[in-house]
Amino acid sequence: MSEPSLLTRPPEPEHGRRRALPTALHGAVRWETGLALVVVAIFAFGVAVSPDFLTTSNLFNLGVTSGEVAIMALPMTLIIISGEIDLSVASILGMSSALLGFLWARHWPMLLIFVMVALLGVVAGLFNGLMVTRVGLPSLAVTIGTLALYRGVALIILGSSTVSNFPAPYSTIGVLGVANSNLPWNVAIFAVLAVIFGVVLHFTATGRSIYAMGASPEAALYSGIRVKRIKLLLFVTSGLVCALAGVLWTFRLSTAVQNNGIGMELTVVAIVLLAGVSIFGGKGSIIGVVLAVLAFAGLQDALLLTNFNQEATGIVTGGLLLISVFVPTAGSVVARSREWFRARGHRAPSAIGAGHE
Amino acid sequence: MSATVDTKQETSGKPPRVSSRRLTERVFRIRESGIIAVLIVFVAITVSIEPRFASQQEVQFILANTTIFALLALGETMVIVSRNVDLSIGSVVGLSAYVSASLFGKIHGIPIVVVFLVGLGIGLAVGVANGIMVAIGRVPSLVVTLATLYIVRGLDILIVGGNEVVAQTLPNAFIEIPRAGVYGVPYLAIVIAVVIGIGAYYLRSYRSGRELYAIGSNPEAARLAGIPVGRRVFTAFAVSGAIAGVAGVLWAAQYQTVDSNAGTGYELTVIASVVVGGVAIFGGSGSAVGAAIGALLLQTINSALYVLGISPFWDQAIAGALLLAAITLDRIISLRLTAALRRRSAGVGT
Repeated sequence: MSEPSLLTRPPEPEHGRRRALPTALHGAVRWETGLALVVVAIFAFGVAVSPDFLTTSNLFNLGVTSGEVAIMALPMTLIIISGEIDLSVASILGMSSALLGFLWARHWPMLLIFVMVALLGVVAGLFNGLMVTRVGLPSLAVTIGTLALYRGVALIILGSSTVSNFPAPYSTIGVLGVANSNLPWNVAIFAVLAVIFGVVLHFTATGRSIYAMGASPEAALYSGIRVKRIKLLLFVTSGLVCALAGVLWTFRLSTAVQNNGIGMELTVVAIVLLAGVSIFGGKGSIIGVVLAVLAFAGLQDALLLTNFNQEATGIVTGGLLLISVFVPTAGSVVARSREWFRARGHRAPSAIGAGHE
Repeated sequence: MSATVDTKQETSGKPPRVSSRRLTERVFRIRESGIIAVLIVFVAITVSIEPRFASQQEVQFILANTTIFALLALGETMVIVSRNVDLSIGSVVGLSAYVSASLFGKIHGIPIVVVFLVGLGIGLAVGVANGIMVAIGRVPSLVVTLATLYIVRGLDILIVGGNEVVAQTLPNAFIEIPRAGVYGVPYLAIVIAVVIGIGAYYLRSYRSGRELYAIGSNPEAARLAGIPVGRRVFTAFAVSGAIAGVAGVLWAAQYQTVDSNAGTGYELTVIASVVVGGVAIFGGSGSAVGAAIGALLLQTINSALYVLGISPFWDQAIAGALLLAAITLDRIISLRLTAALRRRSAGVGT
């Protein structure tokens, strides 16, 4: 009864995969090492195209505009490693933003609003998690549904109105750093969360369990890991963190509208995949995600400084994403075709040989 | 999932009371029956509250909106049935809509057929690229088509620049395509219905169509059974792309003003239609007709909310809730069926 965790796990013969990279190369060609080089290259490119790239104000901008995406990428990483996916993240962001605006327009005290928004995030995540773990539905389908549902709730809450009269300490987080430094608030929060998520994922038993259930759900279950409970917890965490991202987003732009962050779920997924996290689960690291965020933000910003059409940067995002999936499999594609030719040479007429590839 | 249940039933023994049970099971097992019932009930309630909903104008509006989604749902069904997903269709619709519609302004008197062929060609090119990467590169389709979603939309934005195609540049014959019809039923809707019928028949009855289900049920078993998995999956993506290309041209005819936002987010609406229509998200079961009815249901709901004077703000929440209800119901039914079958075979054993 075990469904594959995500669409299309390619039916790859085991030996084909092992032959992909000689074991000696495994340590040296770690995904993160390559990604770090890419980040360096992107920043070099940024400096080359514009002297403004390495200025404080530009770096502040670079950070502040990608803070929320980066924050949402953290719980997404854990969820994808565990073998699931959450496509409702941007809708939870939008829904939180809508609730924040709605309550503020009704003169609720800000602290109480924060509690309500956090609660909304938890409930949204809990619903996703229960549908996946207790009803037993595929997370891809569930979160496509809640993507529409939560965005719809945002629409119902706020309609077509816009709330933008947020008070000063909150509304200035898009222009002022933490304690008047040059560190944007959302970047600081991302850094703190990255450390927490990194520790949980890499240095705790729970973290190891997340890898285990992504690599093999049944083996994880039979070795006594509470798969459902941990997955539920991951979805709830994702909901809460996305609600936080919604608050930051709203204050940074000083606007609560229902379509805040629309379509951002795919950007978040793209960053996580670029980080070397396997869409099938069981593989990936937080360092990779931090590097992917840097690569993504740096590239976006560098292209902004050139005359490249800003909205068309999706071409580069998509290109990076394709490269990120093809580079690690390039070896196995070569190995596979070599094997295929060898099989042909030895026993060309054998149907079994050809079928086996 | 239902496919496996099917085979189990054949092999299990035949207790005497089977025939009466089998009928109810068969009704349950027609995945479309649930959604057709929902559609009928929904239309009946809406019409009883607001008779205007049954007017010719309204029906035409709903059908015109549905055609594009139902057509896209056909291609997406082929892909999803084979346990893949095509996220790039929204971007393909956008690119194809702009490039094809802008031809009218650039080349005077260009035949409409040529414009459709250009749209088809654009879609086919993207579909072939997706297919090659998924089938030969063996990269998960979710990742590949997420990337092409971005790349194609980016190309679209570069090509469009700040321009847009406006209605005045389009010939009347082109604009009339989604509008001409008899008794409020656009000819286009009839053509699309026939196309979907053919597609559904192909998936149901042709060997290569059935093989898509086999691949979706169990890719590894399909491969061992000698099914050319790569070639079939490649074809599914190529067809899905080509269909999205044609849908883009229809989009231009329907909405007439085309900028770089055309078709944004369609991929998720189409997948929602397909899943509501009873196609399992992990492949192996569901029909193109069901997917088309799913698209019709979602568009009907949109229009009904409008006619009933319910704020359009509720559209999306209801569409989402419906999708969740559909997959939950499907899950419950399949669990019940499995349990019933297990009970029966246990009864036979003793």
